[in-house]
Amino acid sequence: MDFRMDRRKMLLGALGTGAVAATGLRMPAYAQNAPIRMGWLSTLEGPFATGGQDAWRCTQMIMEENNNQAGGRRVEIVRESSNAQADVALARARKLVEQDNVDFMVGPLSGAEGIAVRDYSRTRPNQAFINGGSGAADTTLRNVSPNFFRFNMDGTQWMAGLGNYVRRTLNVQEVAIVAGDYAFPYAQVFGFSLEFCRAGGRATYLWSPLGTTDYSSIIARIPRTAGALVVIHGGSDGLAFMTQYAQAGGSLPLIGGSIMADQSMLSARGPHRRLMVGMVSAGPLADVVDDPRWVDFTNRYRARWGREGFNSPSIHGYNYYVAMQGVLLALNAVRGDLSGGQQGFMRALAASDYTTPMGARMRLDHNRQAISDTFLNRIEERGGQAVTVAFDRARDVNQTLGVPEAQFLALGAPSRDNTGCVAQS
Amino acid sequence: MSDSRPGGGHGGIWMTGGLAATVVLNGLTLAALYFIVASGFSLIFGLMRTVNMAHGSLYMLGAYVGYAVFEPLYDQDLWYAWHVGILAGIASAAAFGVLMQVSLLGWMQGQELRQALVTIGVSIIVADQLLAFFGGTSRQFFAPDSIFGSTTLPEIGRYPTFRLVQIGIAVGVGVALWLLLNKTRLGLMIRAGVDDRQMLAATGVNVPLVSLAVFALGAGLAGLGGIIGSTAQPLVQGVDVRFLLTSLVVVIVGGMGSIAGTAIGAILVGLAEQVGQAMFPTYSVILTFLIMSAVLALRPQGILGRPA
Repeated sequence: MDFRMDRRKMLLGALGTGAVAATGLRMPAYAQNAPIRMGWLSTLEGPFATGGQDAWRCTQMIMEENNNQAGGRRVEIVRESSNAQADVALARARKLVEQDNVDFMVGPLSGAEGIAVRDYSRTRPNQAFINGGSGAADTTLRNVSPNFFRFNMDGTQWMAGLGNYVRRTLNVQEVAIVAGDYAFPYAQVFGFSLEFCRAGGRATYLWSPLGTTDYSSIIARIPRTAGALVVIHGGSDGLAFMTQYAQAGGSLPLIGGSIMADQSMLSARGPHRRLMVGMVSAGPLADVVDDPRWVDFTNRYRARWGREGFNSPSIHGYNYYVAMQGVLLALNAVRGDLSGGQQGFMRALAASDYTTPMGARMRLDHNRQAISDTFLNRIEERGGQAVTVAFDRARDVNQTLGVPEAQFLALGAPSRDNTGCVAQS
Repeated sequence: MSDSRPGGGHGGIWMTGGLAATVVLNGLTLAALYFIVASGFSLIFGLMRTVNMAHGSLYMLGAYVGYAVFEPLYDQDLWYAWHVGILAGIASAAAFGVLMQVSLLGWMQGQELRQALVTIGVSIIVADQLLAFFGGTSRQFFAPDSIFGSTTLPEIGRYPTFRLVQIGIAVGVGVALWLLLNKTRLGLMIRAGVDDRQMLAATGVNVPLVSLAVFALGAGLAGLGGIIGSTAQPLVQGVDVRFLLTSLVVVIVGGMGSIAGTAIGAILVGLAEQVGQAMFPTYSVILTFLIMSAVLALRPQGILGRPA
């Protein structure tokens, strides 16, 4: 097509521009109708790739339920992937914020990543950072960031009740704990040991770096005296460990961390599934719980994803869904208004109080950290599929497990050398 | 053995006899896998002086293609599912290796830096294509039940049978390579080519064809390693980099182009990883690189390598 600019067209164009400018002046809501740009970060690569994919499924579900809108504005998602390494998560978060110019972001998925993104959030005080599913304890306990919000409990909270159950009800004196050597398992080990050792239990700790593929020498070190094996691995590390433990003929009663007794493990095929039936675990969700909201949610999940998804939503998918609930409710509360350094939006986030699909109340504490319910689960075979079934529930678990904050902080940050295993004097 | 728990359950900070035996066996079985993968890498380098930085991609490609063939057969409970998977893995990796040699590396023979850069490029493309096609879900092969359970060994207790099979396969590969290189006409040509390519060509041997055969063989070994490795450990995105790095360390330690050297390198690296994991898991990776640094400092051509 031949397009020539002549005087008449230029005049029309100028008039048009003027008209738009004039309307813009009369309607200050113009900017409000531009779409909200949300950054989304999860692990679509690396050891937690399956969990990351499920996080995306559940994010899509809640966006579709809301017609991709919140507070009267369309929400656009810019999606990025990391691989459970803190430096990669940090680089991708920076890319979302600084190059893709997102208004705020949701993510990341894994423990050490969360601490890195939390630190980055401090340099961008006028933007909200909403955690995706990462569960290291210190993310919201030490060096907290005023604009970092976490709508999932940390690894320590998720273990509430498990240590006591293993020591007192199962009457196990000594356990071996195999765990990943990074921030999230530190938190889980801490939560378990705190109760288990206080109740007089003894524990041996066997750490291995995230991404280990050959666990044979770790398995060889499990003490003969251990009465149960606590497995705090997840993703492909968890799969590798459990497969190799099964191959080695392992037969100890199994206790699982929150991301071990999960559909991201149970939906994968292999010899580990047989071994995992009977495993007792703790976490923010169970595949089977007697609550109509959960039945409805899992039915919608299966209807939406069919064979592509898991048998039931994974913990990672669930975490992102719950985080997105908080985000969308806060956006509705401020009618999509992100002006003024997002202060209104952040106040709405901090004041969140809603019910998750598990029927658990979700609130944030003064560090913008979730207070909610944890469940004690047992893995059962139902209809030819292994599922986690809730048999007990702890309500309103806060980040210090009910211990006064100063006293809890005095226990020190969870690490491989600070396992929380302090016997009661 | 009265104690039926894995490894007999030997505790303590220091290693007791039984634990030490288990850890050594773990190291040897891991070394077997490393040998299978690195021998192909060493072979290709030995003849063509090509540092094939896409060797890990051949491992991953073979594993994923093998898996795509294996899974439907396994779903039907066919006993030969795993065996067919192995053949598919070897064939696909070998075919891709040949394709790479014909289309890219053949005409830049002798330009080592260029070849290294091109193969790095290929490895990035292959990794992304595999991610796009197969997704990030981890997968694993399940060997027939006869070799997938555990075997009771003296001193050690129950031990995964498949890890012992791994040693058998590695020994088989080593012997076959030795026979091929030392007892066949092709082996004669390969060894002559290592010493002097031009002279070999002058005697009427079709050197590009020999190169192609070697590339197919080396790539096929990577594919074999892919299936064996993904039976013992999960198959995930990123294993390409891990096995490329391991292959590099193994041949640097053992000596480029030497099959016996590769075996020694694989054993050292496998043992270092397992002993490190048992004694100081967080820092075990350092041990491997300490060995590499020591070899580079004292014997830069590798333990059995010939001076350049």
